[in-house]
Amino acid sequence: MKYQSIDEANRAVLDKIVGSAPFLTDVVPAKSVIKELEEKVILHAGPPIKWDDMTGPMQGSCVGATLFEGWAQTEDEAKQMLANGEVEFMPCHHVNAVGPMGGITTGNMPVFVVENRSEDNQAYCIMNEGIGKVLRFGAYSKEVIDRLHWMKDVLGPTLSKALQKTEAGLNINVMVAKAITMGDEFHQRNIAASLIFLKEVAPLIVQVDMDENDRKDVMQFLADTDQFFLNIMMATGKAVLDGARKIQEGTVVTAMCRNGKDFGIRISGMGDEWFTAPVNTPQGLFFTGYTQEDANSDIGDSAITETFGVGGFAMIAAPGVTRFVGAGGFDDALSTSNEMMEICIDQNPNFTVPTWDFNGICLGIDARKVVETGIEPVINTGIAHKEPGVGQIGAGTVRAPLACFEKAIEAYAQKLGLI
Amino acid sequence: MLHTIIKKNSYQDSVNLMLLTNAVSVIEGVNKIQIMMGTPANKDIFKGAGLYTEELEAAAANDMCIVLDTDSEDKIDEVLKAVDDYLKNQAISKTGSEFETVRTWDRALKEMPDANLAVISVPGQSAADEAHKALDNGLNVFMFSDNVSFEDELALKQKAHDKGLLVMGPDCGTGIISSIPIAFTNVVKEGKIGIVGASGTGIQEVTTIIDRLGEGVVHALGTGGRDLSDKVGAITMMDGIRALENHSKTEVITIISKPPAKEVRDRVVQLLHSLSKPVVTIFLGEKPTQHEGNVYQAYTLEETARIAVDLARGNEIKEDYSKFDQDVTDVKLNPEQTTIKGLYSGGTLAYEAATLISDALELKKGEAASEGFVLRANGHEVADLGDDVYTQGKPHPMIDPDTRVKFMEKAAADETTAVILFDVVLGYGSHEDMAGALLPSIQKIKANLEEQGRNIYFVATVCGTEQDPQSYKEQREKLAQAGVILRDSNNEAVRTALSVLGLHVHDVTKQHVDYTEEKSQEDLSISPQIEQLINQKPVVINVGLKKFTDSVVKYGGRVVQYDWRPIAGGNERMRKILSLLK
Repeated sequence: MKYQSIDEANRAVLDKIVGSAPFLTDVVPAKSVIKELEEKVILHAGPPIKWDDMTGPMQGSCVGATLFEGWAQTEDEAKQMLANGEVEFMPCHHVNAVGPMGGITTGNMPVFVVENRSEDNQAYCIMNEGIGKVLRFGAYSKEVIDRLHWMKDVLGPTLSKALQKTEAGLNINVMVAKAITMGDEFHQRNIAASLIFLKEVAPLIVQVDMDENDRKDVMQFLADTDQFFLNIMMATGKAVLDGARKIQEGTVVTAMCRNGKDFGIRISGMGDEWFTAPVNTPQGLFFTGYTQEDANSDIGDSAITETFGVGGFAMIAAPGVTRFVGAGGFDDALSTSNEMMEICIDQNPNFTVPTWDFNGICLGIDARKVVETGIEPVINTGIAHKEPGVGQIGAGTVRAPLACFEKAIEAYAQKLGLI
Repeated sequence: MLHTIIKKNSYQDSVNLMLLTNAVSVIEGVNKIQIMMGTPANKDIFKGAGLYTEELEAAAANDMCIVLDTDSEDKIDEVLKAVDDYLKNQAISKTGSEFETVRTWDRALKEMPDANLAVISVPGQSAADEAHKALDNGLNVFMFSDNVSFEDELALKQKAHDKGLLVMGPDCGTGIISSIPIAFTNVVKEGKIGIVGASGTGIQEVTTIIDRLGEGVVHALGTGGRDLSDKVGAITMMDGIRALENHSKTEVITIISKPPAKEVRDRVVQLLHSLSKPVVTIFLGEKPTQHEGNVYQAYTLEETARIAVDLARGNEIKEDYSKFDQDVTDVKLNPEQTTIKGLYSGGTLAYEAATLISDALELKKGEAASEGFVLRANGHEVADLGDDVYTQGKPHPMIDPDTRVKFMEKAAADETTAVILFDVVLGYGSHEDMAGALLPSIQKIKANLEEQGRNIYFVATVCGTEQDPQSYKEQREKLAQAGVILRDSNNEAVRTALSVLGLHVHDVTKQHVDYTEEKSQEDLSISPQIEQLINQKPVVINVGLKKFTDSVVKYGGRVVQYDWRPIAGGNERMRKILSLLK
């Protein structure tokens, strides 16, 4: 090992996280930056998974994506194609991308481009479609497909043009630092960051040469979509952590994600290898008419936010949503963040939390500490209905299974020749 | 019919679970219930209790296992609700608490960077690891945990000594540091007397008598029972003595121990003779015949306290502190009633009782003890019910009356029993109302005896002070109302019990002689860390039992609660891997 100790290696990883410089530079068709998507390929959330093993929402999303891409004309035709192996499946994480819930991403979907200038790497994530019937929760009705086309034809190009009017893109660290003082934790609550984003792009959008009705629609959509910034945050987490994991040593968790069947993590010392265990099912509050019985198991790449140190780890920053995600109040939010500090190595001075005595957000989950204490990382999450097409039925929290972390440190000990 | 409920991944401390088991076993319709974590050792205990079921096989160390024996299935829900309520109510009492609760050393030290004392009450096999971590972080250690190996104790104490730190324990049940009661300890007034003791209830008995005589204590440092063995060599005792020599408010030093190995004893006594302060020693079981130089020697714990008080007040030291005029007269017993049954919760108190009874019976040394009994001779029995033999899977008799009640019933059934002699130990950690808890059983036994036309004398002593969480006065009154003969010290209680049988301790008078040997030049200096420990309120990281924070908070210390759990949930393979990945 290049470093004197695991602690020293971990420190090097953390230095890269703290020193990162993520910028939102563009919105482009996914296939223009991910060459794998030029073929009949569908990206999905979490570690690798086969069609037969996918839960309802992810299968529904795949059907929707197949219809959106025009690979099939009907639902039945789409299902047949997908079941026949005519479409290749690939984790978002394998191509510098992340995706919310099902994470289903295909070539013609527009993606955010986040550039981490400290490490000269990029990451991508599709845009947030709003709430209700949406592809990421497995819905694929005409309304859903139509919206995807509008995002491809209008929203994506408009944001791209707006971003081109900046000198260097939007500095994401600045937006995040501001929004965390305004009550966002960037997983369950992104309203402040979404407004800051709108504040930045609105003056640029008005300068874009475009149809006035389209401009009105774009502005309305951005104003209505409280969670719009979540997908930017996800791409940011991915860009920053991919930059940091160029250090191929240590026990810092560099990715956490779920495909509905398995929870997968990566640690810095083990490079691209996934360590998986069966996912848990989120607990939380449900919309009227739904119960825990209807909940799909844990799914989505959005746990990259927790890996970065926000989301459930920054619960204390967003007391407003603690009740919604199943915690009892301010004290519970405080103890949640305090508990997560026990498994992290340090705190990130770039993002201080006023309600936490201006402590920085959690920095660097140490897989060793997770195993030692048995404290499983907490993840704030939306809850999907287990049937495709129903969509979101609630929100809550879920824990990352301990077994992933045990497997990871065992493998690392093996790699170091210690066992 | 046995029912098994496994609560996955819900770790609770064994003490909590034992108290919980007690609380739910009173539910009507519950024949038997046991709640424990699913460790292999606990599974054996289930087997032993006839409560083993196949479902337990799959339970892991972090799973809470409930096995319920009941004739009606309806009871299951009621019991589970009671269990949940109990566990939930503990959680509620946590909110708005006066201290932080943490799960790692890193965070504990972050919350309390100036911490200087770790109070460790985690299971023995892990206690040494945690104590090493505390020492490595520059903290003194108070080690309540027992089942720590000799090797570990020695390694810890050597490390502490080299770093200028103190390790009190292992198996240190009691202590007072800068007037803060730690663990199972009485609340004692501040004053001029300082104590270093290798015996828990010995310290409690001496400090409470000192308090009731109107003097006080700032430091009572426990060393653990094996400190004066030849293997450990009194490392903590000697450092503790030096600490008190350097503590300006302490004017009299008191040493409490069982007789040490000869070589160790010589070293300790040599150190004591080199001090500038007067010293009282008691080596339990030894019958000293004189006082020498600045070292005064006592036979009983009460005498120890009385000499210390007289020294603190500048009074002349008497030749004999054993004057006793509380014999029981008009004794009414059947001819076959000839024995004393001593049923103690305090180990040292039991030992003192055994010593005095052996003295009165003129037994030879070593004649008296046998498995599970401190004394068993001529039908007389003295049992330390806090001994491991009796506490396997059961709470200590200071917090739970059950074991003692069973022994009292057994003693009452024995036709030779004339006297049942027992102690009630108050203070932090002990049962909130032990007198009240024993009372119904004592009354029932007495009523049964009356029906049979028999009489047994109940003689007791209450070890406590008025400042204790339980009222000393009320505890005594409750026992007195039930017809228990109460005495102010264990010494007096034992003598009273003996007097019922017409037996008496053979007391000697002690003259003062000068110390004639040359005083050795001892290094009496102490480290800055120990100086800080004895001159300031301790700043505590409490590793383990949460209730030990109560007294620290109440008496002005600062504390962080470290909710300790087994490393990697007790997964041995993961623990090893983690230790390799340091």
